[in-house]
Amino acid sequence: MTLTRPQPSDIPLPAPSDVSQPFWDACRRHQLTFQRCNACSGITFIPQPACRHCLSSDLRWEQSQGKGSVYSWTVVWRPQTPAFEIPYAIAIVDVDEGYQMVSNIIGIDPADLQVGMRVAVTFHEMNDEITIPYFQRSSG
Amino acid sequence: MAKHPFHDVVIAGVFNSQQARVLEGYTSATITLEAIKGVFEEAGVAPEEIDGVSVGGGVLNSAQAAYLLASGPAWRGPSEGRGIAAILEAAAAIATGRATTVLVAAGSAGIYTERASTAPWTRPGNEFVVSWGLFTAAEFALIARRHMHTFGTTPEHLATVSATIRNNGHINPDAIYRGRGPFTPTDILESRMVADPFHLLDCAMTSEGACALILTTAERARNLKNKPVYVLGGGQDAFGPAYHHPPSFDLKGRNGDRYSNGWVGRQAAERSFAMAGIGPKDVDTCEFYDPFSFEIIRQFEAFGFCGEGEGGDFIMNGTIETGGRYPITTDGGLMAFSHGGAAVQLLQRAIRGVHQVRGECKSNQVPGARISMCSNGGAGALFTDIILLGDEQP
Repeated sequence: MTLTRPQPSDIPLPAPSDVSQPFWDACRRHQLTFQRCNACSGITFIPQPACRHCLSSDLRWEQSQGKGSVYSWTVVWRPQTPAFEIPYAIAIVDVDEGYQMVSNIIGIDPADLQVGMRVAVTFHEMNDEITIPYFQRSSG
Repeated sequence: MAKHPFHDVVIAGVFNSQQARVLEGYTSATITLEAIKGVFEEAGVAPEEIDGVSVGGGVLNSAQAAYLLASGPAWRGPSEGRGIAAILEAAAAIATGRATTVLVAAGSAGIYTERASTAPWTRPGNEFVVSWGLFTAAEFALIARRHMHTFGTTPEHLATVSATIRNNGHINPDAIYRGRGPFTPTDILESRMVADPFHLLDCAMTSEGACALILTTAERARNLKNKPVYVLGGGQDAFGPAYHHPPSFDLKGRNGDRYSNGWVGRQAAERSFAMAGIGPKDVDTCEFYDPFSFEIIRQFEAFGFCGEGEGGDFIMNGTIETGGRYPITTDGGLMAFSHGGAAVQLLQRAIRGVHQVRGECKSNQVPGARISMCSNGGAGALFTDIILLGDEQP
């Protein structure tokens, strides 16, 4: 049985934009964040210059509890580039605050993946600038 | 009654260059130029007649094509040969008098050189997907998995689609994978896993090639040699940039669940059918875009051929084979005919539709086919475009 693991640090890493830099800065502090609108309270993720619900540009960063459920998943056996170690599990996570994000599920036997599985965020430092949020199975 | 918007538009020529896994000695521009020369010959149209271009062949883009063809000032299509979108733009340019005869072309060769990685056009670079190892197969797998979870669609359903399309390519003399079958669903399920639930044979191939079309006015087409093919309807659905956001079945806009990303193409289909004054039951061949097997099942549901969640059962029992009620992707598609990059194979769905309506297919000609429905895209990429082609002037 092979458990999925964090990827090595030579994979393609994110290039943060002006809009997304606060998200990646928060990851370095091991905080999972998202944007909430001060005008309508709607959540916007992935980071945007304006609220997807009302187009207000008055957004604040809020911290997620980092818990959620697997909405959909796949296990990859043919990597995107040779830098990735297989197998790896990609999931769309329904984050409990009410938005979706893509991540990897680590520390799991691919045969155990299921839609609806509870997961929690865990952080993996790639280098001084980039820390990647992964998810792993959790009890609650 | 108001005239149909594309009443005066005809697709007068279509041409595929040679297609191969690798075209030695070619660049995107040189293979696209071959397709352009080929379509002039096929249509019986001279280069100086062209007053509109929509071309995406590497450095041979629309601007460069306008210069090289030297046909004078030309309308330049914004989609640069990118599939059904480019064809619909060309048709609209002719319908509104901005152009008379438009060349649409795309091609690629020599750009997939780093073979240890997936093809460059499959690898998204966005910061919210890149480090989690996404590529097109995984993006579309996340859509398929959610459908399987919600509706009970099975790997056998997916494999039936793949086997059908690959068998269409097996008997097509122009397909890259001609003679490589026949395939059974079991063969598909026994191929190695790429991105669960997609086995290798659930996925499109990668190849090189080019193709081109010529659209003109109905008046000009009267003196041309090919049987005219008409644009009966068209529509384009997009949710946002492909390969940035989670490829979620439930991504939606303010018009709600009925038009969520899982059903992307539904609005485009409704509008296409309304423009044509027909419905799914009038379609003779379904030249659907087949980047991955599941996408065909999803499109039958989104386009209204069957109900939500019914696509898996719908495609069983020969329905989608040639000779069945709704033959799919009759040339072998992206899985077995060709998948030459980011744009060529988009146009080739419509070229196959033209061949069917003309009655000129070398294999799998559907007897008496009068209406072909062609699609591009898919939910994993957050867009789906549609064109309806027919033999009767709308």
